[in-house]
Amino acid sequence: MAHDMTADAAHAHDEHHESPVVFGFWLYLMTDCIIFGTLFAVFSVLRNQFAGGPTGKDVFELGGVGIETAILLLSSITYGFGMISAHQNKLGALRGWLGITFLLGLGFLFMEIREFSHMIAEGNGPDRSAFLSAFFTLVGTHGLHVTCGLLWMAVLIVQTGGQTVLSERMTNKLTCLSLFWHFLDIVWICVFTFVYLMSVI
Amino acid sequence: MLGKLSWSDIPIDVPILVGTFAGAAIAGLAVLGLITYYGKWGYLWKEWFTSVDHKRLGVMYIVLALVALFRGFADAIMMRSQLALAYAGNPGYLPPHHYDQIFSAHGTIMIFFMAMAFMTGLMNVIVPLQIGARDVAFPFLNSLSFWMTTISFVLINVSLFIGEFSQCGWLAYPPLSEQQFSPGVGVDYYIWAVQLSGVGTLLTGVNFFTTIVKMRAPGMTYMKMPVFTWTIFCTSVLIMLSFPILTVALGLLGLDRYLGMHFFTNDGGGNQMLYLSVIWGWGHPEVYILVLPAFGAFSEITQTFSRKPLFGYNTMVYATCSIMVLSMVVWLHHFFTMGAGANVNTFFGVMTMIIAIPTGVKIFNWLFTMYKGRVEFHATMYWVIGFMITFTIGGMTGVMLAIPAADFVLHNSLFVIAHFHNVIIGGVYFGYVAAMNFWFPKAFGFKLNEAWGKRAFWLWFVGFYFAFMPLYVLGFEGMTRRMNHYDNPEWYPWLLVAEAGAVMIALGIVCQLTQLYVSIRDRNLAENRDLTGDPWNARTLEWSTSSPPPFYNFAVVPAVHDLDAFAHNKEAGIDTRAAGSNYQPIHMPKNTAAGFSIGVFSLILGFAAVWWIWWLAAVGLIGVIATVIARSSNNDVDYYVPASEVARIENEHTRNLLAAQAAE
Repeated sequence: MAHDMTADAAHAHDEHHESPVVFGFWLYLMTDCIIFGTLFAVFSVLRNQFAGGPTGKDVFELGGVGIETAILLLSSITYGFGMISAHQNKLGALRGWLGITFLLGLGFLFMEIREFSHMIAEGNGPDRSAFLSAFFTLVGTHGLHVTCGLLWMAVLIVQTGGQTVLSERMTNKLTCLSLFWHFLDIVWICVFTFVYLMSVI
Repeated sequence: MLGKLSWSDIPIDVPILVGTFAGAAIAGLAVLGLITYYGKWGYLWKEWFTSVDHKRLGVMYIVLALVALFRGFADAIMMRSQLALAYAGNPGYLPPHHYDQIFSAHGTIMIFFMAMAFMTGLMNVIVPLQIGARDVAFPFLNSLSFWMTTISFVLINVSLFIGEFSQCGWLAYPPLSEQQFSPGVGVDYYIWAVQLSGVGTLLTGVNFFTTIVKMRAPGMTYMKMPVFTWTIFCTSVLIMLSFPILTVALGLLGLDRYLGMHFFTNDGGGNQMLYLSVIWGWGHPEVYILVLPAFGAFSEITQTFSRKPLFGYNTMVYATCSIMVLSMVVWLHHFFTMGAGANVNTFFGVMTMIIAIPTGVKIFNWLFTMYKGRVEFHATMYWVIGFMITFTIGGMTGVMLAIPAADFVLHNSLFVIAHFHNVIIGGVYFGYVAAMNFWFPKAFGFKLNEAWGKRAFWLWFVGFYFAFMPLYVLGFEGMTRRMNHYDNPEWYPWLLVAEAGAVMIALGIVCQLTQLYVSIRDRNLAENRDLTGDPWNARTLEWSTSSPPPFYNFAVVPAVHDLDAFAHNKEAGIDTRAAGSNYQPIHMPKNTAAGFSIGVFSLILGFAAVWWIWWLAAVGLIGVIATVIARSSNNDVDYYVPASEVARIENEHTRNLLAAQAAE
C-alpha cells in the first residue's frame, strides 16, 4: 500500500505534461490532407480523359449529392453538440449525440454506395475511363475514411458506456475523432465543389 | 481457396533460388535452434519483441538494416558478376527474367529496408537521449512502426521462394508494371511490401516530430538543439510531407492492377507521366530523408573528435532547413527527358543546382571544425573524412546531371547509377556506419574494435571507387542501366574493374561483421568497456547518462542552459546526475504485444492480397482492426518506477563512475 501511496503522490506532484496525443493527431491529419491533395491533383489531371465514355454531366445527379452534403454537414454539428456535452461531463447526452452522428454518417455512406452501385450497374464503373477511375478513387477514399470514422465512433460509444467521468485519455480520443470528422467534412466540401459542381457546370 | 497460388509458383527449377532457400533455411533453423537451446524465447519476447523502449527498438531496426544490407549486397554482387561474364555472346548465368527481379529487389531493399531501417534505428537510439527525454511521444506507435517495417521485409523475402518479385525496377514505372505487361505477382509483392512499410515510416515521422517539439528538456530551445536532432526534425517533416504521396502513387498503381482502373494504363485515358510526377514527388525528398540524418551524425562526430565546438552551428541549422525546403521542389529533374519543355526544365535544373549551396556550406563547416582542432583519427573519423571526399565528387556529378542538356545525354545511363551510389554510399551509408561506430558504446556499454573498423573503412572506401568510377566512364560510353548482356568490347574491361570493386566491398562487409564479432568477444576487457557513459569526451546530453542508459534514460531530467549542454556542464563542473539526491518515481509505458500482433496480421493481409486469397486477406484485416480496438480498450498501459528502484540503479552507476575514475 505504501508503494501505491508514493506513486499516487508522485502523480499529483508530477510536473503536468500536456498529452501530445492531440498534437500528434493534428500532424497525422495533415499527412492525410496530403493524400487527399494528391488525389485531387490526380483527378484534375484526368478529369477530361473520358475515353469515349460518359462525362461528369452524364453521370452525376446533383440532387442526391446535395442531400449527402447536407447530411454530412449536419453530422458535424451534432458531433459538436456531443463535444459540448463531453466538456460538461454529461455522458448520456454525449452518447446520444454520438449515436445521432453515427446514424447520419451511416446515411451518408448508404447514399454514396447507392450512387456508386447505380453507376457500376450502368456500365460506368471505375474501369470505364481514367476520369471515372479518378472519380471513384477520390470519392471512395473519402468514403473509406467515413467508414473508419464510423467504426471508431461505435467503439467510443461502447467505451464511454458505464463511465461516470471522462478520463483524460477518453477526452483525447473524443477530441481526435472530432478533428477527424470535421476534417472529412472539409474534404467533402472540396469534393462537392471540384468534383461534382465543376463537372456539371 | 488459394487464389492464384499453386505448386508451380514454387521455383524448384531455378538452382540459385533452391540453393538460397536451402542456405536461408539452414541458417534460420540454426538461429531458431540456438534460441530454443539456450531457452531465450521468453527473454526475447518480454524484453525485445514486445518492448516499447526506443533504445531496444533502435537496436532491432539496425539489426534489420544489417540483414537487409546482406540481402541487398548479395543482389548487387550477382549483378556485377553477371555483367563481368555476359559479354560477346556469353549469356552469363542470370537469365533476364531473373536478372530483372534482382535489380528491382536490390534497389527496393537497399532504400526501404537497409537505409530507411538504419536511419530509423539511429534516430530511435539517439534522439530521446539527446533531447533529455525518457521516451518518444508515442512508444506503442514506435513499436508498431518497427513491426510494420520488419514484416514488409519478410514479405519481400517471401517473394524469393513463393512466386516472383517485380521486374520493373525499384520504382515500378508503368505501363511495364501494369497487369498487361506484368501479369505475375511480382509487382504486387512490391506494392504491398512498400505500402506496409510506408505505414511504419509515416508513423515514425509523426512520432519523432511530436517528440522533438513536445519533449525537449527544460531550457533546450530550438537553437540549443544538437545538430543531429535538428536533422531528424527536418527528416520527420519530409517523411510527413512525402510518404503520403508514395502511398497514393502505389495505391493508384494497385487499383490499376487489381480493379482494372486506368490511371497509368496505355488505354482508357491513362497517363504514365502522372505516375512519374507523383512517385518522384516522394522519391526526391526521400533521398534527403536519408542523407540529412547522416549530415547530423557527421556534425556530432566531427566536433567530438576535433575537440572543438561545431563551426557555424547556426548556418548548419539554416542549411539543413534550406535543404528540407528545396528538396520538395526539384523532383522533375528525374525526368527532364519527359518533354515538359525548356522553361519547366530550367526551373527544376536551377533549383537542383541551388541545393548544392547549403550542402557546400555544410562541407565547409565540417572542414572549419577540423581546422585548428586537435583531430583524433579514430576509426569513426575515417568514415567522416572518406565521406567528405566521396560525397563532394557525388555532389559535383549531381550538378552535372542537373543541367537538362547534359541530362538528355546521360539519362538512363550508368552515369546516373554511378552518381546516386556515389552520394548514397559515400553520404548515407558512410554516415550511418560512422554513427554506428560512434554511438555503439552508448547503446551497449562497450566500444567497437578500432582496427577492424579501419580495415572495413579502407576496403569500403577503395572498393567504392573501383566499383563506381568505371560506371561514370561507361555512362559516357553510352551503356544504359539495367542491361543484362552486351557486345561492346570497350565496356568489358571497365565492368571487370567494377566487379573487383564489388569484391572489395564484400570484404569490407566481412570486416564489419568481424568487427562486431571481435568487439562482442572482447567486450569485458577494461579498455573496451564504457563505465563512464562518456567514452569520447563528447558534447551532447546522451553522453551524460550511463552506457547503456537505464530504461528511463535520465533519473533527473536535465536542465539545459547552453548549446552542447553536456560539454557546458563538464566545463562548469555541474553534475547533471544530481547523485544521491531525492529521486522521484518515474512514469513509464508498459510493454505491449499489440505492435507485434498488428504486424503479423498485416503480413497475412499482404501475402493474401498478393495471391488474391480473399478470405485470408479478410482474416488479416479483421485481425488488425481487432488488435487496434483491443489496444484502445486497454487502460493498463503505463506504470510508475518507484523512487527506491531508481536510486538503486543510479547508485550502481555512481559506483561504476567512481571505480572508473579511480582506475585512471
